[in-house]
Amino acid sequence: MDLLIPIIFTLIGASTPILIAALGELVVEKSGVLNLGVEGMMLIGAVVAFAVTYTSGNPWLAIGCAALAAAASSMIFAFLTLTLSASQVATGLALTIFGTGFSALFGQGYTGRPIDIFRSVFPAELASHPIWRLIFGHSPLVYFSLILVFAVWFFLNKTRAGLILRAVGENDFSAHSIGYSVIGVRYAAVAFGGAMAGIAGSCFPLLLTPQWAEKLTAGRGWIALALVVFAAWRPFRLLAGAYLFGLVMTIELYTKASGSMGLLPSEFWAALPYLATIIVLVLISLRRSGHSAAPACLGKPFMPGQ
Amino acid sequence: MTIITRRTALKLGAAGLALPLASSLAFAQDGPLKIGFVNVGPKDDNGWTYGHWVGAQALEEEFGDQVEITFVESVPEGPDCERVLRELAQQGNKIIFATSFGFGDYVIKVAREFPDVIFEHATGYQRSDNVGTYNARFHEGRAVMGTLAGHLSKTNNIGYIGTFPIPEVVMGINAFTLAARKVNPEITVNVVWLSSWHDPAKESDATRALIDQGADIISQHSDGPAALQVAEERGIIGGFGQGADMSAFAPNAHLSAIIDVWAPHYIQVVKDVQAGNWVSDDSWPGIAAGEVVIGPYNEKIPAEVVEAAEAVKNGIVDGSLHPFTGPIVDNTGTERAAAGETIDDAGLWAMDWYVEGVKA
Repeated sequence: MDLLIPIIFTLIGASTPILIAALGELVVEKSGVLNLGVEGMMLIGAVVAFAVTYTSGNPWLAIGCAALAAAASSMIFAFLTLTLSASQVATGLALTIFGTGFSALFGQGYTGRPIDIFRSVFPAELASHPIWRLIFGHSPLVYFSLILVFAVWFFLNKTRAGLILRAVGENDFSAHSIGYSVIGVRYAAVAFGGAMAGIAGSCFPLLLTPQWAEKLTAGRGWIALALVVFAAWRPFRLLAGAYLFGLVMTIELYTKASGSMGLLPSEFWAALPYLATIIVLVLISLRRSGHSAAPACLGKPFMPGQ
Repeated sequence: MTIITRRTALKLGAAGLALPLASSLAFAQDGPLKIGFVNVGPKDDNGWTYGHWVGAQALEEEFGDQVEITFVESVPEGPDCERVLRELAQQGNKIIFATSFGFGDYVIKVAREFPDVIFEHATGYQRSDNVGTYNARFHEGRAVMGTLAGHLSKTNNIGYIGTFPIPEVVMGINAFTLAARKVNPEITVNVVWLSSWHDPAKESDATRALIDQGADIISQHSDGPAALQVAEERGIIGGFGQGADMSAFAPNAHLSAIIDVWAPHYIQVVKDVQAGNWVSDDSWPGIAAGEVVIGPYNEKIPAEVVEAAEAVKNGIVDGSLHPFTGPIVDNTGTERAAAGETIDDAGLWAMDWYVEGVKA
């Protein structure tokens, strides 16, 4: 039981970047756009956050710059897919490749340099007891991710702007015919998704491991994309999914570290998170009984002239 | 020295396209010996590629104007590396060092097209007439680190971040554990396999998991300093640099390091090529040849512990100590080497079992 709190602590850290990136992508997909460039935008966010922290020492500024840089890169995607109606799948994949290359190039001078972890903003005395530590001991990025879950839910379900965004994603022609700018809404959604992917990327150097290394995100952007489907485009289910995934990843490491893996080979533990994803996806698709939760216009280009 | 990064890689490509014939003619004449390096990472990675960068610089110091070096960084293991290898060969490089395991197949392929070029592949196992392989006996360094860990651990619980369970990694774990248990038979070593060479976030989480379960010393096979940074943050006794001195990342937790030094091998290869007596073989030297160097010891380590570690190191250098001398029992209780018996190199390269005390 002594291990319970450390495990929860580690799983929250491991889940946070995935959760933030997935929430951004959820909003993008709700507007009817599929952006597969999350991994690339996260890498851009990670390298920019590292560079700004390294040069300025200010993690808040770093997070802001990471969000801006990734949002800027998402605008390339938006211009190609929304204005020029290029394939969203191909362009998104290209954005990931671009982000990987850009971050490697930009980060060349920063590999092998240390920075400080972005610690909790609460006074240390508050987090001295293990239970209080669970509440007050986290990086500001963790609190941000939790607020973001609620904010995204509130925006989509309780605000007029959220309603318009969902309308654009469900039926772009109707939304257009009653006077909403489909392309404008989608630009805004893609920019938001990019900014969130950038902040998710900043979690790597600021929260998880205070260094820059090539391909630092190691595929977690793809997990974020899968989580959106996994959560059936619902923010609170996304939170549960991200923490479930984080739990499986963390349990794997703690079980191995205890030296008591029993008869199961290490490869099984490495495969477990993916196995869990598949099982939950199957369960969800069974429960939905043929009705798809995906936004109706997801991935389809909008050409009002037709 | 020419350093080729992603930025300048395009120029190399253009030059390679424009000048394949001209260059091969031009460099057939007496000029500096052109040497190429193909690396998987950037030269300032503080680890693997940095080690080769230092080795390349040592060649310039040793041979001056007699050599002209091109150092290509961040070449992915895959078709890209084949392209880079071919371009370096076309541009008249007479020796090409490929410094990552995954380049192997491509080295063999390109070497067949350029029989006059000598290829040297680090950590590889495939050789041909113009392809040699080289590696270093890192496990000798592990034995020295294990001696430190055996003396310093208070919980008798040592964590080890493993990458993939291949012989090179298993050898390191076993050499480390044997040395630690020689000092303190109560030591256990818990291995967490990452199933990845490079995932700093997972390395950090794995280190947290090991420390939360009582490990007070962490050793790692992954190149980066992620584990050491967590060790520093948590204030445990410490860990070890892998491939390079990583004390900048963890001034308190960095106990010592295994440093890769490739200069002796590189200098020898160039001398052999200049003298015309280079032959393809497999080179696997260790501490005695200066290829594996023990980093500076942390000031907080008591003098007698440093002495014990130095004794192991000196024993390996003068040949009186072999890290795999029996009695060796594996973690299922089977005897693997009788008292006084030493496991030979073939046995080391076939190692797929763990010594007593390892939980993997």
